[in-house]
Amino acid sequence: MITLKRADFDTILRHAESVLPEEACGLIAGEITEGGKTIKKVYILTNIDHSNEHFSLDPKEQLAAVKDMRANGLVPLGNWHSHPESPSRPSEEDKRLAYDSKASYLILSLMDRNAPVLNSFKITGDNAENEGIIITD
Amino acid sequence: MNITVAGEKKEVKDGLTVAQLVIDEKVETPEYVTVTINDEFVESGAFESTVLKDGDSVEFLYFMGGGSL
Repeated sequence: MITLKRADFDTILRHAESVLPEEACGLIAGEITEGGKTIKKVYILTNIDHSNEHFSLDPKEQLAAVKDMRANGLVPLGNWHSHPESPSRPSEEDKRLAYDSKASYLILSLMDRNAPVLNSFKITGDNAENEGIIITD
Repeated sequence: MNITVAGEKKEVKDGLTVAQLVIDEKVETPEYVTVTINDEFVESGAFESTVLKDGDSVEFLYFMGGGSL
């Protein structure tokens, strides 16, 4: 289970909508307790692929984000990206490039612009498990 | 000599290469790792030939990407 503040969800959603039709992407950081993961900070990064079907994080921005996490005592929790035209589930490419089985992979579907869907997955090989996400006010 | 790896200070032997550091640090899936030294990106083909110096600050960054298809 992973917890995300409503304000951070809104940040992700607004950015993802602003870069349509391209995929949006970024990082998440926070803390891990016995109760699960809590996202404390969402990072918006540039999708250097500038594609509606692919994303790659900008390495320089990634470096800056990692340093910011460390400076703020946050743990890297994973990443997020949007699917402008497909459901909130990992694609074959998402699975292939998910190297960290402990990370959370958040996917925001904008397929229905009136009903965006955000899910979080743990991915091991070809297996993707929806770990459950709680959005708090 | 002393270097910093992912924010942690470490004492390592002189002449240590980036390639050996990747091994010593037990970096998982090294094929997906980008290395920076003092915020400068090291070409992946230069890990063997890049020798670290005293005071260097090293970061490991994992490639993150995917797609919707």
